[in-house]
Amino acid sequence: MAIKVENLTFVYNEGTAMEQRALDGVSFEIPDGQFVGLIGHTGSGKSTLIQHLNGLVKPTGGKIYYNGEDIYAEGYSLRQLRSRVGLVFQYPEHQLFEVDVISDVCYGPRNLGLTEDEVKKRAEDALRLVGMKEKYWEQSPFELSGGQKRRVAIAGVLAMNPEVLILDEPTAGLDPKGRDEILDQVKKLHEAKGMTIILVSHSMEDMARYADRLLVMNHGKKAFDGTPREIFRHYRELEQMGLAAPQVTYVIHALRERGVEIDEDITTVEEARDALLAVLKNGGGLRSEKGQIC
Amino acid sequence: MGIIKASRLVFDYIRRDEEENIEEVDRAIDDLSVDVEKGSFVAILGHNGSGKSTLAKHINAILVPTEGTVWVSEMDTADESKVWEIRRKAGMVFQNPDNQIIGNVVEEDVGFGPENIGVPTDDIWKRVDESLEAVGMTAYRYKSPNKLSGGQKQRVAIAGVMAMRPECIVLDEPTAMLDPNGRKEVIRTVRELNQKEGITVLLITHYMEEVIHADRVIVMDEGKIVMDGTPREIFSRVEELKGYRLDVPQVTELAYELRRGGADMPEGILSLEEFVDSFMAAVGKGDRTVWR
Amino acid sequence: MLREITIGQYYPVDSVLHRMDPRTKLFGTMVYIISLFLADNVWGYAAAAVFLAVVIRLSRVPVSFMVRGLKAILFLLLISVSFNLFLTEGEELFRVWVLRVTREGVRMAGFMAIRLIFLVMGSSVMTLTTTPNQLTDGLEKSLGFLKKVKVPVHEMAMIMSIALRFIPILVEETDKIMKAQMARGADFESGGLIQKAKSMVPLLVPLFISAFRRATDLAMAMEARCYHGGEGRTKMKPLKYAARDRAAYAVYAAYLGTIILTRTVW
Repeated sequence: MAIKVENLTFVYNEGTAMEQRALDGVSFEIPDGQFVGLIGHTGSGKSTLIQHLNGLVKPTGGKIYYNGEDIYAEGYSLRQLRSRVGLVFQYPEHQLFEVDVISDVCYGPRNLGLTEDEVKKRAEDALRLVGMKEKYWEQSPFELSGGQKRRVAIAGVLAMNPEVLILDEPTAGLDPKGRDEILDQVKKLHEAKGMTIILVSHSMEDMARYADRLLVMNHGKKAFDGTPREIFRHYRELEQMGLAAPQVTYVIHALRERGVEIDEDITTVEEARDALLAVLKNGGGLRSEKGQIC
Repeated sequence: MGIIKASRLVFDYIRRDEEENIEEVDRAIDDLSVDVEKGSFVAILGHNGSGKSTLAKHINAILVPTEGTVWVSEMDTADESKVWEIRRKAGMVFQNPDNQIIGNVVEEDVGFGPENIGVPTDDIWKRVDESLEAVGMTAYRYKSPNKLSGGQKQRVAIAGVMAMRPECIVLDEPTAMLDPNGRKEVIRTVRELNQKEGITVLLITHYMEEVIHADRVIVMDEGKIVMDGTPREIFSRVEELKGYRLDVPQVTELAYELRRGGADMPEGILSLEEFVDSFMAAVGKGDRTVWR
Repeated sequence: MLREITIGQYYPVDSVLHRMDPRTKLFGTMVYIISLFLADNVWGYAAAAVFLAVVIRLSRVPVSFMVRGLKAILFLLLISVSFNLFLTEGEELFRVWVLRVTREGVRMAGFMAIRLIFLVMGSSVMTLTTTPNQLTDGLEKSLGFLKKVKVPVHEMAMIMSIALRFIPILVEETDKIMKAQMARGADFESGGLIQKAKSMVPLLVPLFISAFRRATDLAMAMEARCYHGGEGRTKMKPLKYAARDRAAYAVYAAYLGTIILTRTVW
C-alpha cells in the first residue's frame, strides 16, 4: 500500500464565479511496483491529480497517505516525499538550466543535502539509467536533440532516487521512434528497479502495451479503474468521455460482429496477430449460423 | 510546373564563432527536388531532425536556399521583391499554438494578416468572417486565445492564414502539441479546406493516422526524400518506414504481421473497414489458398 | 498563486466602456491620474471615489475581480503607507520604540493609500475594458505626432501589445517551472536574501530561455503573416470618435472642474 488517495477534492477559485471543480471525491490505492496508466481527456483532472501525489498542491478536501502516513499532516516533510515520489512534468526539458548535463542532474540530489560524492554518484547512475552516454555529460543540455534533452530532464528526477515515478505525457512532441525509446526506458526502470510507475498518456496503444492497470478520469471523477483489457471493453463509454480504445480493439469488435470467434479482450497488435492467425489456421473459424462469407 | 517546386535544393545551417569564422556546417536539406500539384494534399513524414521543417520554411521564404531554387506559384523565393507576395500565397501554421497567435481576441488575430498586406477595412471584416466560418470558429470570435483549447487555437491560426486568401497552406507539425481530439479537429479542418476551397495542403507530421487521407506522402530522412507515393504505396513498406524511425497505424501493422505469418492479406491496408473486409475474404478462401 | 494577477488583463464583456474609443479611455485615465494628485481633501477624494464607482459600474467588470488585482500592489502599498506614517513630521499621536506616529502622518498615509488604490483601479479599468490591440491602436494614433521626430511609435505600440498577450502565458509557465523544480527538491521560500536569490536561478534561467524561444517563434509567425512594420498597414478596427466619446470628454471636463472646485471651496 504505497499510495492511498482518499476522497480527494480540489476546487479552483473557491467561492468565486469562476469556481471550478478539478477533482471530485477521487479515491484509489496504488500498491508498490505497479505500472499504472492514467488517462482522461484534457481538463479531466489528471494533471491536478498527479500534482497532489507529491504534495505540490494542497487539496480542498480528502487525504493522501504515502506508506501509511498522511502527507498533509503537520510535520510531515514534503521535501522528503518529493524525493520518494518523483514527478516528471510535461515537456520536462523546459526546466533544464545548468551549464552542463551532469550539473543539471545533480540539482535534485544536491537539494536533498547529500554529500558531494553521493550527489555525483546519483547523477551518474541516473544518466546511465536513461541511456545518456558519458560523452554527453559535460555538454550543455541546450545543445542536445529534443529526445536527449527529455532524457536528461527525466534523469534529473531519477537522481532523487524515487520509489514512485510519475510521468506526465513523457512522449509529447517526439517522433515515433523517440516515443518508443522513452517508454521502453521507463519499462526497464519498472522491471529492473521495481519502481512504481504512474504514466499519463493519450496513447491508448501505449497504455495497452505497458500498463498493468488503468485509471480513467472524467470531469474530475474516477470513471474506471482496472486492467487495460477490462477498461477497453468499455470502449463506447470511453468515446463518450472523449477517449478511445486502441485501434486493434476496434478491429477485434468489428470482426466479432462479422462472426469471427475471437477473444474480445485483445488489446495489442501481437495478441491480435496470434489470435487471427489461429483463426485462419483453423480454416475459417466462423460460426455456422452467420456463415455468409464474402 | 506545380504550385510549389523545389529544384536541387540544399540548405546548410551555419554556425559561426565570435569572429564570424565558420565553426560548423549542418546540412539540413541535401539536393532535394520536388514538385507539388495545385489543389493536392501532400503529407510529409520524417523523424525529428530529418529536415522537414527546414523544407517547410523555404516554401514561405522564411529561409532561402543555400543552393538550388524554390518556386511558389512560379515566383522564385530568393527574389526579395516577391517575398510578401509569396508569403501571402503560401501561408504557414506552426507547431506551438501559443507562439503564433498575435491578437488578444480571436477575430483581431485573424485580421492581423490582411492588415499587414493593406487590405481595406471593410474587406478585412469580410475575410475575417469567412475565414472563421471556414474553420468553424465563428462562435469564439470575441474570445481571448488563452481561453481556447489547443485544437481551437490551431484552427484560429489556420483562419489567420485563410484570411490572406492563400493558394497553399504549409502546416509544420500542427498537431504535435495537441491531444487526440485536438488532432482530429485540426486534421478535419485542413481536409475540409483542401476539398471545399481547393487549397493546396502540405502537412508535416509524424502521426501516421493523419496522413492516410493524403493524396501523396513524402518521407524525408537526412535532408532527402527517401519515399514518395500514395499512402497505400508508402504503408505497404512497413519495414522501410520503421527504418526511418517512423511507425504505421495499428491496422496496417496488424495486416502486415498477418501477411508475414502467411495470411493472404493485401499490402498497404489503411483503414479498419479495409482490414475487416480483407480479413473476411482471407477467411472465406479457407485454408486451401491462405497457406502458401 | 500567480494566476491572481489581474492587472492588464482584458475582461471580455460588452459595455459602454468596452465600446468606447481607446483614445477616450487613455485620455480619461490621464485625467483621472491628474485629478488624484490635484485632490487634497476629503471632498476631492470623495469626488474621485464617486467617479471611479460610476466608471466601474459602467464597465460591467465585477468589483471583486478588480479588488483581486490590488493584491499585486499590496507590498508597494504597505511600504508607501509606512513611509508616510512614520516619517511625516508633525503633532505626535503616539510612539512605538523609535517610530513616531503623527496626526499628519496618519492623514498622509491614508491619502496615499487611497491615491494608490484609486490609481491602480482607475488604470486597470482601462486595461480591463480595452483589448491590448485597441489600446495599442489608441496609443499609436494619439502619439502619432511623435513619428515626425523619428520616434518608432508603431513598433513601441506593437511591443506593448505582444507583451500584454504573453503575460498570462508566462505567468502560467513560471508556475509550472516552479512546481517542476520543487519536485526536484527546490525550496523557494526559506533561507536568507542571498540564498533566496540563488534559489531563483533554476526558475529564471528556464523562464528566460522559454521567453526567448517564444519570441523567436512569434517573430517568425508574424513574418510569415507578412508583418513588416507599420508602413502600408491597414486597420481592421480603425479608430473613430462616436457620440459617446464626445459625451465622455464632456464628463471629464466636468469632473476635473469639480476636483479643482474642491480645492478652492474647502
